[in-house]
Amino acid sequence: MITVENLSYTVANTCILKDISVTLPKGGITALIGPNGAGKSSLFSHIARLLPLQTGRISVEGLEVSPSNRQALSRKLAILPQEVHFATRLTVKELVQFGRYPHCQGRLRSEDHAMVTAALEAFGLMSLADRFLDTLSGGQRHKAHVAMTYAQDTDYLLLDEPLNNLDIAASRALMALLRRLADEEGKTIVIVLHDINFAAQYADHLVVLKDGCIEREGKPAEMVTGALLADVFGTDAQVAVVDDTPFVMP
Amino acid sequence: MRAKSLWICCLLLVVCCVLFMTLEARGNWDFVLWFRGRKLAALLLVGAAVSTATLLFQTISRNHILTPSIMGFDALFTLIVTLAVFTFGAAGYNHLPVEVVFFVNLALLIAAALILFGTLLGQYRVDLMRMVLTGIIFGILFRSLTSFIFRMIDPSEFATIQVNSYARFNYIDVNLLGLATVLTSVTLVFCWRMRRQLDVLGLGFEIATNLGEHVARRQKQALVLVAVLVAVSTALVGPVAFLGLLVVSIARLVAPNETHATLLPLSAVIAGIVLVGGQAILERGLGMSTPLAVVIDFVGGFVFLALLLRKGWT
Amino acid sequence: MQRRVSTLLLAVGTLFLAAISLFVGVIDLHPGEIWQGGEAFTLMLDSRLPRTLAAVIAGAALAVCGMIMQMLVRNRFVEPMTAGTGQGAALGILIVAVVFPSASILTKMSIATATALASSIGFLMIVRRLPAAQPLLVPLVAMIYGGIIGAGVAFFAYQWDMLQFIDTWLTGDFSGVMRGRYELLWIAAGMTLLTYLIADQFAIAGLGREASINLGLNYDQVLILGLLAISVVAALTVITVGAIPFVGLIVPNIVSRQFGDNLRATLPLTALCGASLVLASDIVGRVIRAPYEIPVGTVLGVIGAFVFLWLLYARPSHAR
Repeated sequence: MITVENLSYTVANTCILKDISVTLPKGGITALIGPNGAGKSSLFSHIARLLPLQTGRISVEGLEVSPSNRQALSRKLAILPQEVHFATRLTVKELVQFGRYPHCQGRLRSEDHAMVTAALEAFGLMSLADRFLDTLSGGQRHKAHVAMTYAQDTDYLLLDEPLNNLDIAASRALMALLRRLADEEGKTIVIVLHDINFAAQYADHLVVLKDGCIEREGKPAEMVTGALLADVFGTDAQVAVVDDTPFVMP
Repeated sequence: MRAKSLWICCLLLVVCCVLFMTLEARGNWDFVLWFRGRKLAALLLVGAAVSTATLLFQTISRNHILTPSIMGFDALFTLIVTLAVFTFGAAGYNHLPVEVVFFVNLALLIAAALILFGTLLGQYRVDLMRMVLTGIIFGILFRSLTSFIFRMIDPSEFATIQVNSYARFNYIDVNLLGLATVLTSVTLVFCWRMRRQLDVLGLGFEIATNLGEHVARRQKQALVLVAVLVAVSTALVGPVAFLGLLVVSIARLVAPNETHATLLPLSAVIAGIVLVGGQAILERGLGMSTPLAVVIDFVGGFVFLALLLRKGWT
Repeated sequence: MQRRVSTLLLAVGTLFLAAISLFVGVIDLHPGEIWQGGEAFTLMLDSRLPRTLAAVIAGAALAVCGMIMQMLVRNRFVEPMTAGTGQGAALGILIVAVVFPSASILTKMSIATATALASSIGFLMIVRRLPAAQPLLVPLVAMIYGGIIGAGVAFFAYQWDMLQFIDTWLTGDFSGVMRGRYELLWIAAGMTLLTYLIADQFAIAGLGREASINLGLNYDQVLILGLLAISVVAALTVITVGAIPFVGLIVPNIVSRQFGDNLRATLPLTALCGASLVLASDIVGRVIRAPYEIPVGTVLGVIGAFVFLWLLYARPSHAR
């Protein structure tokens, strides 16, 4: 359970988040949705401790999100930022090994090696293990990063718009994988999503943001309606229902 | 694999050292060994200090193009030394033991570096290009201020400024050799023990934070280590310009992987080869009068340009 | 209107600085003494007047050339002295000094201009390959390019034991300017006036190749003319007084911020600003540690670096 209390965030006199209080449930997939500029990524960055707290409190299963808890947090909560750039030339395996850093501080033990292998296998990366990241396609590289957070073996997994730059097949594969992690391994997954249809299809719980506030939250089937699109996104799209899942007509 | 390239480079370094000690050696062997031995030690020390400082700086600034020298680090040290002479007067300055003076200057450099570069690096999203340009202008500013103050202290002395604009590998200040050896060794041990944390830091702010690293604090620690290493090398031979960039770039080409456990020793050994070998070949082998520093600047400048042009810099 | 007033004010300011420059120096001069002839008159004619004129011409010419170079490269952060043109000129002088020590001053000048031009063309060719989305990459490459040629100059200077000259060429200094030793700068002055005749063409070239061709401009010809003018000015400055950094960079930036980039209207302002800046720096260098002198290159290195940093941060994303 991730608890956010009275979180506000201001940059250059512009209020990005306005006194947000929300509880993200344990287990399943929770999707943060909302129009551009609603504050989704800011909320994500605060929970992910990428931005220092200005006001408010955030805790993950009672563990305070603060600089003094960073090592304990890194064993409880893994994050995947939107875009990752680094100059270091790494192989896929080396990258995934870094996922074990919070547990072994870089000195890999046998259980760490086992976990790395498991992560590589789970994401079908065994054949690419010794390839350098810069020789891979965007989708493969992305998969390697997700594999790294998987190897981190945390109860919570936070992803910021992971479907950007992925084609439809890769997007579906990733969401299916997250679904499996949630169902079979009991992980809690929080994901910032742009595409409401993906959110409606794969998430258990939706949190809708608008103008820095939590607009509403609930189950996708109840949430995704023409009214939501009109009120929050300001567009009068039609919503069809296919197999009990709402579907926004483009 | 890792061991192989390192061993080959070590072997090359030994050959260079033997050449350096023996080429055109005449007269009393004891004297030659003592005289050249000290120079050799200083060169190896400078090589290790410069390469390690460069590597650390590249890691915390997350790119392969910046070096402490390009960012004006050693120009800053020269400026601090000159400022100290200017404020306390040359006479009062010369009374103090060299070690005391060095430590005071070192403390000032660490403080200045934390203020200047700590704030530059600490920003959440940095515009790398602007940072490099800022560093280069810092360098020009520090150098201009240094020669400005130099003229204020001793307007009739023109030669001294020339000495300060290029590293002098054949005229090494051996007074500080003992202190420099101790300081460098201690600092290098710290760097070596930090190697795994540095690996994580190289992955960027987000990932390092995700893996539980306190990025800002670690950057500051690394910056202090860089300041110590730069102070040592600058005090021994003066500003080194593109040396660090050159040797670390070569190390990255040769190294089979980019972990700091591989790169730290490898780039130090390569720096030794470049300095000792270059000095032996250039001075004794070819009998050239051009200092090695100028040649390194020339070649290093090309490497820098190539790196700039190759990367799209996204 | 505002521009007219500013031009007038700047002209008065430049004259004022020039007057100060005439009467500041190791030997005290009083305006009354000069007309009585004798030593004071000779000093004025042989040293003070040439020095003041040299500062005015060099400052104006370098500022105008900086502006033109920024138009041709289409980047606000470049100038001839740091982008390889000045270093190219120094290389040319070095070659002449070693290969044809007895060459006439005209030969010296031609060869220095030729190497400066070659070096500028080289720079422009590199700039063409740089991604347009990275405006700050250009000054970065410029400085390194200039640095490499500078290191090349140092290399040969060490080899040929000509090191003492490097300092003279690479650090601008007016203390050696005397009657009979600076007159080449008048050619630079003429060159600067000539560029004013085709100021509009440089302004259009600043809009880019496509826009220039659209407007019926012979783009390549303007490019070559501009580079030639820059090279001549750079070579002559380096030969007579040595490299003077940053004038060509900060003056055009400040003028452009205040008055825009309509070169026909702003080039006179640029020239006056450049002249004032160099005059003022030279006076500072003479006064601050009298009776000794601090070279104008050093003074401008400090001032220029500060202003450059300010420009870099005060002019954020739209800087080009």
